[in-house]
Amino acid sequence: MEVIMVKIQIDGTFYEVNPDKNLLHTCLALGFDIPYFCFHPALGSVGACRMCAVKKFANADDKKGRIVMSCMEPVTDGLIISTSDPDIKVFRAAVIESLMTNHPHDCPICDEGGECHLQDMTVMSGHNYRRFVFKKRTYSNQYLGPFIHHEMNRCIQCYRCVRFYRDYAGGRDLAVSGSANHVYFGRQTEGALESEFSGNLIEVCPTGVFTDKTLKEHYTRKWDMTYAPSICIQCSAGCNITVGERYGSVRRILSRYNGAVNGYFLCDRGRFGYLSTNSPERIKGIMVRDPQENIQKEISRDGYLSVINSAIIGKKIAGIGSPVASLEANFALEAMVGRENFYHGIDGEKFDLERTAIQILKNSSVHSPSLKEIERSDAVLILGEDPAISAPMIALAVRQASRNRSIRMAAKSGIPSWNDAAVRELAQKIKSPVFIATPLTTSLDDLAELRYNSPTSDIARLGSVISSIIDKIEPLSAGSDKSLNDIAQRIAGVLMDAENPVIITGLQHNDKKVLQAAANITAALHHNGKKPSISIIFPECNSLGLALMEGGSLDNLFEVILQGDVETLIILENDLYKRADKKKVDSIFKKCKNVIVLDSLLNETSKQADILLPSGTFAESTGTIVSSEGRGQRYYRVLPVNGHIKDSWKHISEMIEITGISKDLHWEHFDDIVASFTDSYPFFSKIREIIPGSEFRFFNEKIARQTIRFSGRTAMNANDSVSEPKPPGDDDSPLSFSMEGYKGVPPSDLVSYYWSPGWNSVQATNKYMDEPYGSAKGGNPGVLLFDHKT
Amino acid sequence: MLTDKEKDDIHKEMNQYPYPEATCIDALKVVQYHRGWISDDAVEDIANELKMTVDEVDSVATFYTRIYRKPVGRNIILLCDGTSCLVMGYESVYEYISKKLNLKFGETTDDKRFTLLPVSCLGDCDHSPALMINDDHYNNLTVNKIDEILEKYL
Amino acid sequence: METPLTQYIKPDRLPPGIEDYKKAGGYSGTIKAIKEMSPSDIKTLVKSSGLSGRGGAGFPTGVKWELVPVDANGNGYKYLVANADEMEPGTFKDRYLLEGNPHQLLAGMIIASYAIGAQKAYIFLRWAYKKAEAIIRKAIAEAYDAGYLGNNILGTGYDLDIYIHSSAGRYICGEETALLNSLEGKRGIPRTKPPFPAISGLFGQPTAVNNVETLCWISHIIEKGADWFRKLSLTGEGGTKLYGVSGRVRNPGLWELPMGTTMREIIYDHAGGMLEGYKLKGVIPGGVSTDFMIESQLDTKMDFASVRAAGSRLGTGTMIVLDDKTCPVAFIHSMIKFFAQESCGWCTPCREGLPWVEKILASFENGTAKYDDIEILEFHTQYMAPGNTFCAHAPGAMEPLQSGLRYFREEFVRHINEKHCPWR
Ligand SMILES: Cc1cc2nc3c(=O)[nH]c(=O)nc-3n(C[C@H](O)[C@H](O)[C@H](O)COP(=O)(O)O)c2cc1C
Ligand code: SF4
Ligand code: FES
Repeated sequence: MEVIMVKIQIDGTFYEVNPDKNLLHTCLALGFDIPYFCFHPALGSVGACRMCAVKKFANADDKKGRIVMSCMEPVTDGLIISTSDPDIKVFRAAVIESLMTNHPHDCPICDEGGECHLQDMTVMSGHNYRRFVFKKRTYSNQYLGPFIHHEMNRCIQCYRCVRFYRDYAGGRDLAVSGSANHVYFGRQTEGALESEFSGNLIEVCPTGVFTDKTLKEHYTRKWDMTYAPSICIQCSAGCNITVGERYGSVRRILSRYNGAVNGYFLCDRGRFGYLSTNSPERIKGIMVRDPQENIQKEISRDGYLSVINSAIIGKKIAGIGSPVASLEANFALEAMVGRENFYHGIDGEKFDLERTAIQILKNSSVHSPSLKEIERSDAVLILGEDPAISAPMIALAVRQASRNRSIRMAAKSGIPSWNDAAVRELAQKIKSPVFIATPLTTSLDDLAELRYNSPTSDIARLGSVISSIIDKIEPLSAGSDKSLNDIAQRIAGVLMDAENPVIITGLQHNDKKVLQAAANITAALHHNGKKPSISIIFPECNSLGLALMEGGSLDNLFEVILQGDVETLIILENDLYKRADKKKVDSIFKKCKNVIVLDSLLNETSKQADILLPSGTFAESTGTIVSSEGRGQRYYRVLPVNGHIKDSWKHISEMIEITGISKDLHWEHFDDIVASFTDSYPFFSKIREIIPGSEFRFFNEKIARQTIRFSGRTAMNANDSVSEPKPPGDDDSPLSFSMEGYKGVPPSDLVSYYWSPGWNSVQATNKYMDEPYGSAKGGNPGVLLFDHKT
Repeated sequence: MLTDKEKDDIHKEMNQYPYPEATCIDALKVVQYHRGWISDDAVEDIANELKMTVDEVDSVATFYTRIYRKPVGRNIILLCDGTSCLVMGYESVYEYISKKLNLKFGETTDDKRFTLLPVSCLGDCDHSPALMINDDHYNNLTVNKIDEILEKYL
Repeated sequence: METPLTQYIKPDRLPPGIEDYKKAGGYSGTIKAIKEMSPSDIKTLVKSSGLSGRGGAGFPTGVKWELVPVDANGNGYKYLVANADEMEPGTFKDRYLLEGNPHQLLAGMIIASYAIGAQKAYIFLRWAYKKAEAIIRKAIAEAYDAGYLGNNILGTGYDLDIYIHSSAGRYICGEETALLNSLEGKRGIPRTKPPFPAISGLFGQPTAVNNVETLCWISHIIEKGADWFRKLSLTGEGGTKLYGVSGRVRNPGLWELPMGTTMREIIYDHAGGMLEGYKLKGVIPGGVSTDFMIESQLDTKMDFASVRAAGSRLGTGTMIVLDDKTCPVAFIHSMIKFFAQESCGWCTPCREGLPWVEKILASFENGTAKYDDIEILEFHTQYMAPGNTFCAHAPGAMEPLQSGLRYFREEFVRHINEKHCPWR
């Protein structure tokens, strides 16, 4: 749809703007600093806090004007406003003054201090001195589970928490209670929050009511953390994250904006799953099995050289890759052992399924939608996969998609989509169609227009009936099952009525027929002139990336080993016991003389290693992974290389160097391996083109991982040495481990943290995008590996 | 668990709305009518009946003044402290009741006979001061009338 | 003098049953409307009568109905809601109509529903009006029996159900959009306007919300016409009005008088003037959300335009008289305390500002106020001006405060100087 721009006047200057957005959104997009609380770009406007006031003038002769809330003001041609009128300044300061009457002023001991939207808005609005002399109202706090700390006295009643939790994320166990000057945001009784998106309250709350309990365990102020842009490895959705570090341990994870993927949010698994990186169980040194005592012992460098030489030189080697390791690490191993000796480390069934899924993605005439595209679709069919479990943020996108019909309905009544409460009040229970066919119930069931809970074989059958109905061909297997037929009829009808239906499926239940059925439906819709898309959820963060490489399955490998052909087995970040039968795995370990494992934590597999090399976790390494969407994205280390822990590809590169087994392979820096990888796999060449290499400089500078206010650099290690060490280098990326470097808005893949003058809180995110909730400046992070069809 | 009577009464109200949740306030009133106040258990019972969460029911319950989320006495005295009643001297009525029953606003007598609450306006302004006990209105109050009124409520 | 609204209300307020009411000509307007008139005829007639809403804002009723679109959203119903919440201190007019003649309201509601195409109507009733509730329930049952409600009303094919929702207390639920949320079983938080209820109201459907007194007019206007209605008034604004007086007057009460009767006539002729020994110091003309008027303004005609011109609002037309033996600060404090308690808690200025104002007024009364506090009070009257808050609750609260500060400033200062309340 073409947007006809309108002309408005702000503080005397004319602007051409999109009339579909509210005035606050428009002003923020133009770079004006307008204070706000209850508005959130993803949640829309409700006009509760009264912070975003501007002056509106009836016409050029109107000098008096009147105060309006910019978040509730439509943008119309000829609109004249002032953002800095004296009355506005007085009013905004008054709003803050009244919000602060009951605020505890406990900023020094508040976890939000220094990254608090309330602090920012207080400063921005110019309220300084307290006139309120009466007692403050106080509340008691609730235990809300292991992740979220609750401190109600700091609340400014912006209602964002409940709007996010309930309206946006579908949670039902957090609500507002009370009225007047004692409204309370919490649960009816204490207890862990049930929503899998509860962690977003931390970022959604503009002050310190909901804070990160895991951060509290090792609290560090925002400006004292070193940050790196990263990608969540908990599932295949590819959510963008920011990892914060201090004193060598990861302190927290925040969402990093990607307008096409996770937007402003994350699921709890992604946000709180980092704790294992700090585990005392981490493998730190190079360990070698002592044949006498049969235990793994740390070994000296010289010792390592000799064991590695004898394990590798002249031996028949096989390598097992991993769907949670980066493309680069997998490739390094493949290159070392030779393509014919490289195996994917997943069982034959999954392997086969992934091949099928890739065929669908590569060959079909429809594309794989981004989360944003899912959010925009007007009908969703979930076929044999529970995204709430396998990729929660995709489930959240489906939840947004379910609102589209109501938004369209409201538009017909003249209610713009940003007028959030009004849209909900008008539409009430009207939802866009979401059909859920899964073996078990899901947390999305409340959205379902129709649910079909049955074994996957039935679901596959349902899918094939749907596609044959759409294609108007005799269904193959509908048989006499009338109810299945009826359901299929209904779903087919709705999908055909939709403009851009999305079919979501996946590998969760290991059923190839489901995948094929889903593909057939999208194909049928496509033939019939629709613009469908298919989202295939892969099991792990780099499953798709690995599947796009050559190699065999674990089952293939078992055969080879049992034939007695493998002497040395190199296992990359993969616990085989989770992938195959214990007996089988035991037997191959018995067969292979040398088992070399690269991993970060001790597990059943790494315990079996004869040589164990400490790999960096996602926080300690740099690499590229491919999400289910087919988006190649890069994560960057937040911890400098430290001792023996390093990226797996570096360990492999070193093995190659030590043993000299492959003279032509030589990778010193990350760029080298990326180049070598993309030469070998032209399909992936985009990852080289788009994501800047380590030589990249922004305005001649590296991009700082540390904030301008980072403190203690000279003193952090004073217990060891009083001389300030040189900041660690990072030849693998354009990021520096220091405060020095570029601090403006870098390319979106390289944003470490959000900060902008006057905006210390996460709300600064809006300065890093074209417009609130729009595209990240310079384009959303990542590259799409598949052609974007239609 | 809701009693059959409570369920019945709630379902009667349900008929007048398109969705069960819309009955929430009526359901709270029904249960309060039978039990005197809304305990956490009552919240749960209503939530189950209307397919809401306890948090949702409580969110509604705590908004409304006439839903009691704390135990109250058998009889509730709502004494108007609105502007007309202020002019016409509700304060002396308050002092009298307060002394007689040894009660301040918001309190319940030890024998649970009375709870005394302030209310702003009962729509009796032309006959103020006014009060309401349970469902009964009393107006043109003077201190002399109070004993007789209170006696009716055991 | 004609008193159409109250003509059948007896001193004991025992309401007429449906038979008596029919005999007296009641429901004839209803029958005429739904049998002989089209919805648009009705809307045109009501519009031309100039009937303005009696809920306080004075919005023209016919115009409001015309805003309701022809079709409902999706396959829902359109709705009519009778606002019988009446919780504004000093106001007791709707109660009189509800208890005294419920059929008059039902007769009007049926016509109004028909005019806007509503198939469901609710009476949103103040929680305290238990007697009225019983009376209306009985009247509704009678109306169903008589074929005025239910399916195929009077054989016209028109269906209408009327329900009662008795509230659970909270003044803000009288605000029409908060009322809608409350009717939906939710927290009574106002909704943003636009969209107006006419477009998106109850359960998201086109809805008209009208005050009880407004609706009671409808069958009379249908029956007797727009001209008749206009001529009842002494000014350009048609009809009669229920006026009430409370406070220290000889004969507090409620009277149906021609629209535009002066305040002096109402207070002195009908309410009998001040009680022996009391002097009139000020008047809150129409519920506690209206600005004070003072003795020199007693000759103001009590209609929307004249009271507005005098710097206040007609509001509900039920006045509270402030006398010289009542502390004006305490008087204002009692109103602000009410508003602070009754804030819904949604928007900042009202939720946080009113309690602050309330605390300052309390400090005047207990003698701890300082000179700066007057300034802070004045500041708040600006801060909570119309448009600055989400709904009209807080601006309403500021009306008596701002005019009180203007008219009774000396009394405020005396509290500060004497460090206690001079009236205690
Ligand atoms: C805070 C507040 C309270 C209100 N209370 C009532 C009320 O109790 N009864 C009423 O009829 N209107 C009340 N109103 C006015 C209604 O919002 C609405 O304008 C009225 O019901 C419309 O009816 P009318 O057009 O017939 O006057 C209130 C408005 C506000 C802002
Ligand atoms: S002014 Fe604001 S807080 Fe007050 S009642 Fe209206 S919406 Fe609620
Ligand atoms: S941001 Fe506009 S009122 Fe809150």
